[in-house]
Amino acid sequence: MAKAYSAGVKEYRETYWMPEYTPKDTDILACFKITPQDGVPREEVAAAVAAESSTGTWTTVWTDLLTDLDYYKGRAYAIEDVPGDDTCFYAFVAYPIDLFEEGSVVNVLTSLVGNVFGFKALRALRLEDIRFPVAYVMTCNGPPQGIQVERDIMNKYGRPMLGCTIKPKLGLSAKNYGRACYEGLRGGLDFTKDDENVNSQPFMRWRHRFDFVMEAILKAEAETGERKGHYLNVTAPTSDEMMRRAEYAKEIGAPIIMHDFLTGGLSANTQLAQWCQDNGMLLHIHRAMHAVLDRNPHHGIHFRVLTKVLRLSGGDHLHSGTVVGKLEGDREATLGWIDTMRDSYVKEDRSRGLFFDQDWGSMPGVIPVASGGIHVWHMPALVNIFGDDSVLQFGGGTLGHPWGNAAGAAANRVAVEACVQARNQGRELEKEGKDILTNAAKHSPELGAAMETWKEIKFEFDTVDKLDVSHK
Amino acid sequence: MSNVQDYKSSLSNTESRKFETFSYLPQMTADEIRQQIEYLVSKGWNPGVEHCEPENAFQNFWYMWKLPMFGETDIDAILKECEACHAAHPNNHVRLLGFDNYAQSAGASMVIYRGEIKY
Repeated sequence: MAKAYSAGVKEYRETYWMPEYTPKDTDILACFKITPQDGVPREEVAAAVAAESSTGTWTTVWTDLLTDLDYYKGRAYAIEDVPGDDTCFYAFVAYPIDLFEEGSVVNVLTSLVGNVFGFKALRALRLEDIRFPVAYVMTCNGPPQGIQVERDIMNKYGRPMLGCTIKPKLGLSAKNYGRACYEGLRGGLDFTKDDENVNSQPFMRWRHRFDFVMEAILKAEAETGERKGHYLNVTAPTSDEMMRRAEYAKEIGAPIIMHDFLTGGLSANTQLAQWCQDNGMLLHIHRAMHAVLDRNPHHGIHFRVLTKVLRLSGGDHLHSGTVVGKLEGDREATLGWIDTMRDSYVKEDRSRGLFFDQDWGSMPGVIPVASGGIHVWHMPALVNIFGDDSVLQFGGGTLGHPWGNAAGAAANRVAVEACVQARNQGRELEKEGKDILTNAAKHSPELGAAMETWKEIKFEFDTVDKLDVSHK
Repeated sequence: MSNVQDYKSSLSNTESRKFETFSYLPQMTADEIRQQIEYLVSKGWNPGVEHCEPENAFQNFWYMWKLPMFGETDIDAILKECEACHAAHPNNHVRLLGFDNYAQSAGASMVIYRGEIKY
């Protein structure tokens, strides 16, 4: 029987709260952490979030009756307590796959983290996790090359790769900058990196930087006999300009370029990732602005969601936090999103903050990049936490070596190889780290000097955004 | 500046030439090589031996020594093939790979015999 039209405001839960609903394999599922205004029932506010992030608006409209809203609506299907925090709760919402344009994480986010985040009935709202059905995953282009192809392109097997962000991050001329890259690469690094702030400023225009850096790569390769790269940052004011810089990087033979996926924007990122796939280029992804979105435990978007979004949009590397360095990152939660970057199937695991099973189908993985405030003394823990499929990136920890970048690079290279050798021998890296490094330094004065320089530095602040399971 | 040590590496110094994983460590002892092969076998990877003239080591394709030893888990048998390859090509680098057929990549790759580098 057809429905009759009745104008006015209905309670959201009449339409959008469906505890009896069993999500379909093709639904996009979301877990929100909701902090409601006082006195609003949980079911009502959960239904409101489902409504406002899908088909609903604040009043009934006659055009609702021109379509099959019962099919298209998002459904709040479950509510759970947040362990250790009574001010908020988790709401699980299922969205039918047809609500979203194929291959567009832009479209998914516009719905899921759109107007609903400013909704008055909420004091705060956080998108904790999304389950992308494999049917949707397969419509996205994903990482341009993936982990296995990168290993073959760069000829790096059986160990983590090493990188270094060039400092000072602003103000160097192109030739001085290229010098800093060359020194790091000849000392044993696999990659050097443009800092995210480096685009094309008056003190160093992008084209000069690309030219000098490419000479650095080629000379370091000839000198060491190993493959080298530098993440040339093509992030630009417009995507046309971004593509121009990417084309030039390819023209001069650079193996890898770089983009800032949040400030640069997801449309630009997806475009660049597809171009990289078509042109055999690797793509390194920086994440400036992520902490604005993901650090507040009650409001925003969790980093594990940003991780999934980037894997779908496309990138071969993504900064993941270090656990041990100067930047925020809880160990178990970090392990959760590292799995999300690399694995083809990730099981729900609340102890790692993973709310859903996630099947990635045949989509390649993303290599996590550990960067920020790390040095040789962190190496045993980093190799243990991140394993071989990672880039360990030492900026200050390379350039701050008392004998210069080449020595700093060699120190890190000797340290990582010593740790991998020890791990393969079955030794416990985090327990025996000091022994392993001290022994390796006997053959490497560069490592010895690095260990002397940094021995006292630690970062022992408490994490602000902890996993909810650990609050109690 | 007297405490600053120079980094000795140049195009003309053949000792600057490296060959990826473990090439920044001193040459491993027989025992240490054995431990690495035990690791490779414990991961379920297929051992394979390749060799190459040091001056061509930058290329992707080295010469395969016979075929990868699919399913081989006997450490001595693997070591014997490395030795046989070295005996047949004493001037070449000889590397041992562990082929991970699930990742379609090498899980391990290390040069076991280092050839003399002339360029």
